[in-house]
Amino acid sequence: MTPKVLCAGDQALAVEFSSRIDASVNARVIALAKSLGDDPLPGVRETVPSYRSLLVCYDPEAVRGAALAEAVQRRAAAISDAASASRLWRVPLLFGGSAGLDLEDLARMKSLSVEELIALFVSPEYRVYMIGFAPGFAYLGGLPALLHTPRLPTPRQRLEAGAVGIGGEQANINSVAGPSGWRFVGRTPLRLFDPARPEPFLLAAGDAVRFVPVSAAEAADLDAAVAAGETIVESEIR
Amino acid sequence: MSTTFSVLRSGPMTTVQDAGRPGLLHAGVSGSGPMDPPLFAIANALVGNADAAAGLEFAGMGGEFSVSAPVRVAVTGDADVRIAGEPVAAWESHDLLSGQTLRVGALQRGVWGYLAVSGGIATPPVLGSRATHLRTGIGGHEGRTLKAGDTLPLGETVAAPCLRMAEPFVREEGPIRVVPGPQDDYFDESAWDLLAGDGYTVSPTRDRMAQALEGPKIAAVRGHDIVSDGTPLGSLQVPGSGRPMVLMAERQTTGGYPKIGAVASVDLPRLGQISTGQPVRFVRISREDAENLLIDARRALRSRLADLMPKAGLVCDSGFLLDVNLIDGVAAVAENE
Repeated sequence: MTPKVLCAGDQALAVEFSSRIDASVNARVIALAKSLGDDPLPGVRETVPSYRSLLVCYDPEAVRGAALAEAVQRRAAAISDAASASRLWRVPLLFGGSAGLDLEDLARMKSLSVEELIALFVSPEYRVYMIGFAPGFAYLGGLPALLHTPRLPTPRQRLEAGAVGIGGEQANINSVAGPSGWRFVGRTPLRLFDPARPEPFLLAAGDAVRFVPVSAAEAADLDAAVAAGETIVESEIR
Repeated sequence: MSTTFSVLRSGPMTTVQDAGRPGLLHAGVSGSGPMDPPLFAIANALVGNADAAAGLEFAGMGGEFSVSAPVRVAVTGDADVRIAGEPVAAWESHDLLSGQTLRVGALQRGVWGYLAVSGGIATPPVLGSRATHLRTGIGGHEGRTLKAGDTLPLGETVAAPCLRMAEPFVREEGPIRVVPGPQDDYFDESAWDLLAGDGYTVSPTRDRMAQALEGPKIAAVRGHDIVSDGTPLGSLQVPGSGRPMVLMAERQTTGGYPKIGAVASVDLPRLGQISTGQPVRFVRISREDAENLLIDARRALRSRLADLMPKAGLVCDSGFLLDVNLIDGVAAVAENE
């Protein structure tokens, strides 16, 4: 799988592995990002992994784009798609409630009971394909096909941080409050982004996520723990 | 006792900015920072600040400010600037004494102006930077635009002469240059013809995130949806509405619209300075040419900053030095009151 190294202005290259969403493609993107992080090429400032492409930002005073494109191409050819250690997060999820605005509509659209929809939603292990759009905002792949649903025609003005939703064939966890056209099933007490924490960002591209349904009472306890600054979830390294 | 900077009145869009918040694009955090980095750098240099110091960015007009102890201030952008009611020149530094009001009035041209204060605005850094990111409410002063009544801490001022530029700062004119890619293959030649034409103006919905444009619709022949990928600064993207927009300092870090190109870095501040309703034309250039233009512009700016000159006359530095020496005495008086 030889990627295309595309021009993305005078300070960035886009290393495109595929035009599709695919876990093995995404693993290569993340492996190249890690390689460039561990053993940087001169002039590279930072990289942005996404589903199937890695943006490589560079300083043209330190390296010219044409030369860097060749070096990145060589580096990409040398990386393996052997899975590196990944982290699994068990994410508590309160279905319905103030954030689960679309739960019942989605069940009706899919001819499922709410219980069946919940069971289906929590059945897969999701993959964090990328963090983007907003600080710590996680795009998840692995949503069961029956739950694929187009975004709302008109976005809502404000969804709370922690809201969990569906957009097309993806799922997401909101990291900050803001407008969204996704369809939301509930919320997690976890904070994906908190600039005051020593580790401001909870999830990273390449992580795995399993949702664990919790009751309103359990969610309230977890909210209180999070508000008190306690760590309520640890990742498992695999 | 540290010096404070008080906001007596604020323009509609005055924020604390520093050189930006690099290194966190992978975590969804955009760089933010000034819309016009060269003007920001000049303002900082005029008051003797390091590149990394934080200052204020304003759109249209800045506001009215005062300080608790003498500082040097400089405004870049062609604004009407007054100290204690007296007009003073932009593009050079001036002493601002405690009790005096600095008024940064309307820009005569352009959109974004800068106010630097010696010592720099010393609000707490967030994720390594003081730059305000309005959309997520991080950095700067409480992550928001300034308003009357705000009080900001300042870093330590070191006494030094006021400075001016050896030559006025002038930008070249002409179309905004664009490097094609990474999804230029989603478009055909008609898109470039439209961009090169006289149909586009800057939309009133423009902000720190995007320079939205009004004008003819551009059709992406391969569709307006891509699998979301990283959005470099200056991305010229075309969403389903067909109205192109250029992603600016506060842009989202990833996006799902095809990017026909990216504005040459050297032209991005110039694009940001085009007023709402004014025309914008684009022209294609190669990556190599864009890199050369950026490298040349950076060298030229560094040389401009190295050539700042002490202002003529003795009033500025001697008066300033005198005032700095009096700080302890003033503070003692204040404590006795």
